[in-house]
Amino acid sequence: MAQYQNLFTSVQPVGPLHDGVELPRGDDKRLGKPFLFHLLGRIGNAQIGPIYLGTLGFASLLFGIAAFNIIGFNMLASVDWNPIQLIRQLFWLALEPPAPAYGLGFPPLDQGGWWLIVGFLLTISIILWWVRTYRRARQLGMGTHIAWAFAAAIWLYLVCGFFRPIMMGSWSEAVPFGIFPHLDWVSALSLRHGNLFYNPFHALSIVFLYGSVLLFAMHGATILAVTRYGGEREIEQIVDRGTASERAALFWRWTMGFNATMESIHRWAWWFAVLSPLVGGIGILLTGPVVDNWYLWSIKHGVVPAYPLEGAPVMDPALMGAK
Amino acid sequence: MSMLSFERKYRVRGGTLFGGDLFDFWVGPFYVGFFGITTIFFTLTGTVMILWGAAMGPTWNLWQINIAPPDISYGLKFAPMMEGGLWQLITVCALGAFGSWALREVEICRKLGMGLHVPVAFSMAILAYVSLQVIRPVLMGAWGHAFPYGIYSHLDWVSNTAYQYLHFHYNPWHMIAASLFFATTLALSMHGGLVLSATNPGKGEVVKTPEHEDTFFRDLIGYSVGTLGIHRLGLFLALAGVWFGIVCIVVSGPFWTGAWPEWWSWWLNMPIWRT
Repeated sequence: MAQYQNLFTSVQPVGPLHDGVELPRGDDKRLGKPFLFHLLGRIGNAQIGPIYLGTLGFASLLFGIAAFNIIGFNMLASVDWNPIQLIRQLFWLALEPPAPAYGLGFPPLDQGGWWLIVGFLLTISIILWWVRTYRRARQLGMGTHIAWAFAAAIWLYLVCGFFRPIMMGSWSEAVPFGIFPHLDWVSALSLRHGNLFYNPFHALSIVFLYGSVLLFAMHGATILAVTRYGGEREIEQIVDRGTASERAALFWRWTMGFNATMESIHRWAWWFAVLSPLVGGIGILLTGPVVDNWYLWSIKHGVVPAYPLEGAPVMDPALMGAK
Repeated sequence: MSMLSFERKYRVRGGTLFGGDLFDFWVGPFYVGFFGITTIFFTLTGTVMILWGAAMGPTWNLWQINIAPPDISYGLKFAPMMEGGLWQLITVCALGAFGSWALREVEICRKLGMGLHVPVAFSMAILAYVSLQVIRPVLMGAWGHAFPYGIYSHLDWVSNTAYQYLHFHYNPWHMIAASLFFATTLALSMHGGLVLSATNPGKGEVVKTPEHEDTFFRDLIGYSVGTLGIHRLGLFLALAGVWFGIVCIVVSGPFWTGAWPEWWSWWLNMPIWRT
């Protein structure tokens, strides 16, 4: 028996466009005249715009664009200012942090100085955007949950590019800007410290990352499955439970013996998504400053079996005082 | 009892795919159904075999227990029980349990008059398992290419398999899958945060409306996908992430045996760069 399955919006009602809830006095005006884009309306809202830029948004974009351009021009310089080679080699190009010899000092611009400047500009841009996220919520009289979730991501960013390099005493430990180069950094970090898979905080972070994907698949699918009862009107369902919430809850109760509520599922979602970068950042911060080799650490704690070594183990020259 | 205050009126007969009314009952909060019976059968059998394998193995250390697939030399044949045969039976049980669970979800959807989105989404996860444990090993000609059952042993398998292709991060489908996993988590934090921020606005504020939600995201980034759209978007991102994960591992071995960084040479060697 064929049944209606809510996959996309087949009929789009078109009414007057919404300029947004009124802002308190002192705020700027919103920018842009809102318009409809039909294809977007097949999936979600068709309306694009307006946007609130404000001083914070403007400043954040300015710092962000400056950082982006400095990265781009450094990459362009690395291919001898050849724009074709910039496109050809784009994924391989990098703005690398300073060499280990510079420690936490400020090297010449073309030897990591630009990297430090970009890191500074990008961090300013991100922090301004965080304040903007916080402000926009407060100005609408809403909670600041999104800003605090964003802060968890900023924590991981700062651990990789700021806190850990400082604890290691060298900017060279930080992440380069570039597509393949930042992937190389991930691999090198993992190999240098005895395979990051043996880092329990990395394992937890992956659990929450995959858990977030699982949760969104479960939650998205559940809500879509009860849209015929108005399930997508979540706020209304939270304050005044309807049959959509009841069916959604009973589905999981009957399936796995446990259910969230329309509100608590969003708490589960928020925590899973936040804990992934939060514990991931802890794991990276420990890697080097506290634990040198996660494989040896795991042997010590009985997590992995010790394999008999053939011959003497190879020492890392960097650990033997060699410069 | 284990019934919610509103639950009794939903506990009605019907909607089963198989077995008619025979298994149409609940145990505590759980719905049973024919596929509940098969789920229990496969789960118990599989778990007992894992315990048996652990008992025969060298350790009861939870982290180190490992039940490995047969050696490559067995190809796609049955292996003796303690040399991978257990792994083969456990895999059959897992497939049976996952399939039963999905069909039981279908029955529950039908009972509650819901769409079938959840079992369809779950099927993508099952497909990922089938791809790793059946499709790829069959394409490569040996069960030994599948991953072992054990907490740290499966991590070792991921590591070893990845380094066989030198640097797995350069696998383009792995890049897409990882990006989609991150994007899904980002979207989940924003959706969860948005709903919580509208319903928990702080002292002295009234609960907000979807108009506030839309306004917040339009103010912030110029677009709000909306209450319906975010659930489609989230489901799509999650399923697409898993799908590209499936692609990235099934091509590794059956269709690409070199180093993944080498794969990109087609881009560097395109004729358009010759000027």
